[in-house]
Amino acid sequence: MQMNAIQVENLTKRYGEVLAVNDISFAAPTGATVGLLGGNGAGKTTTIAMLLGLLVPTAGRITVLGHDMAKDRFAALARMNFSSPYVALPARLTVRENMRVYGHLYDVVRIDDRIAVLSRELDLGAILDRPAGQLSAGQKTRVALAKALINRPELLLLDEPTASLDPDTGDLVRTWLEQYRAESGCTILLASHNMAEVERLCSHVVMLKQGQVVDRGSPDELLLRYGRHDLEDVFLDIARDRRQAVAA
Amino acid sequence: MSVKAPLVRPCLRRIWGLMYRHLALYRRSWPRLLELAYWPVLQMCIWGFTARFLAARMGNPGLIAGATLLGAVLLWEVTLRSQMGMSISFLEEIWSRNLGHVFVSPLRPFEMIAALIGMSIIRMLVGVIPAVLLAWALYAFNLFTIGPIVILFFINLMIMGWSVALGVVSLILRHGAGAEPLAWGVLFGLAPFCAVFYPVSVLPSFLHPIAYALPATHVFEGMRAALLQGVTRWDHLAAAFALNLIWLAAAALLFGRQFHAARVSGALISIGE
Repeated sequence: MQMNAIQVENLTKRYGEVLAVNDISFAAPTGATVGLLGGNGAGKTTTIAMLLGLLVPTAGRITVLGHDMAKDRFAALARMNFSSPYVALPARLTVRENMRVYGHLYDVVRIDDRIAVLSRELDLGAILDRPAGQLSAGQKTRVALAKALINRPELLLLDEPTASLDPDTGDLVRTWLEQYRAESGCTILLASHNMAEVERLCSHVVMLKQGQVVDRGSPDELLLRYGRHDLEDVFLDIARDRRQAVAA
Repeated sequence: MSVKAPLVRPCLRRIWGLMYRHLALYRRSWPRLLELAYWPVLQMCIWGFTARFLAARMGNPGLIAGATLLGAVLLWEVTLRSQMGMSISFLEEIWSRNLGHVFVSPLRPFEMIAALIGMSIIRMLVGVIPAVLLAWALYAFNLFTIGPIVILFFINLMIMGWSVALGVVSLILRHGAGAEPLAWGVLFGLAPFCAVFYPVSVLPSFLHPIAYALPATHVFEGMRAALLQGVTRWDHLAAAFALNLIWLAAAALLFGRQFHAARVSGALISIGE
């Protein structure tokens, strides 16, 4: 039986009176790309923070790569990685120095060889010795991805990986992610507001609204269920309570 | 040994990784490097000339007073630089918005503390060594003439600095960047009770218990005994070590609790705000 890379059971997070995540359950099969979708305040970031061990759930259980995050989170963290445009790398350090820092933190053997490989694959050669703070948004995204791949993660959590990128750079990143997943068998959990990106990359989608899972399935299943031609309309239907899913 | 080796090596690499991050920063930021030595050297200049003035006006008693003053200034800088070295290294992660990456890596909280202590030692040495050399070159004052015991003074004052820094880091975890000013000012609040420049006997008697509860007080009492009477007060040194053990354990407990509380409240996500 193939193990799920992520198994979330009855996960709840409450901040005082505010229920940010309300009893959600979902799984990410090993090797799949799963989209976590929802509007602002739907609970995506809170869920990702709990998956990363940054946040302690109020209730529920998270298992990542077979490790219970409540008891054994560091074993899981060593095998996964994370990238978000909202978390920066030290701006004064060069790209190479930043990569070395994370190479050490993730106990990567032969760090410089790994940096050379990632530099080639993500086209970082020209910027390796430039301070991270002097890069363009597109370059920063590629560097953030390189940082997230430094330890050859079995699970990659991506929070809006192509936000603020021009269409060309966004497409390059998406192509590269598809290629990496196919070659490495890595599982990807993707939080995104870009529905075209989700349709292209994800084999499974979990729709969140007000902290709850309101629907799930493959993009094709969701399109069929809502009688729509693109995922953006499905998203709007759910977000605005415009229409219920057509009975399968 | 073979069972533990694979666990120790990654642990040491993670500690080094975080230290490398700070060392790379100093290599690229000369103002940061300059700032490390700026205040200790400035302090030594001001108090060195004051000591020289006292010696000129009062003769031998002034010379002795000046020597204890310079010894106190140097040793206090050890505490201050150790505390600030640790607190500011932590703040650097907040300022660079990098904490999110650090806390989702396999770096354990105790490894982060070990790296911060490592940086604190380096920062303290870079700050204090120029001041020690300046005292020797300009005022012919050599703290090491009182013997190797000065190393034990240094160690005790560094540990006290780390305890206070752990308290500051805990408060930053709890209250966010709003607690930042404590990194600069908190130790000055303890200075009057630590009897840095005067003996405890000068303080009102109701303050004596507070003074003797501070490890630094015993170090400065010990320093004066060594400089003025030429005796080693092992009782004060033992008290300093014992108090440091208690302070450090309490600070570590506080940090552990605040770190967990920050993971519950979500403060680790919004700590820079």
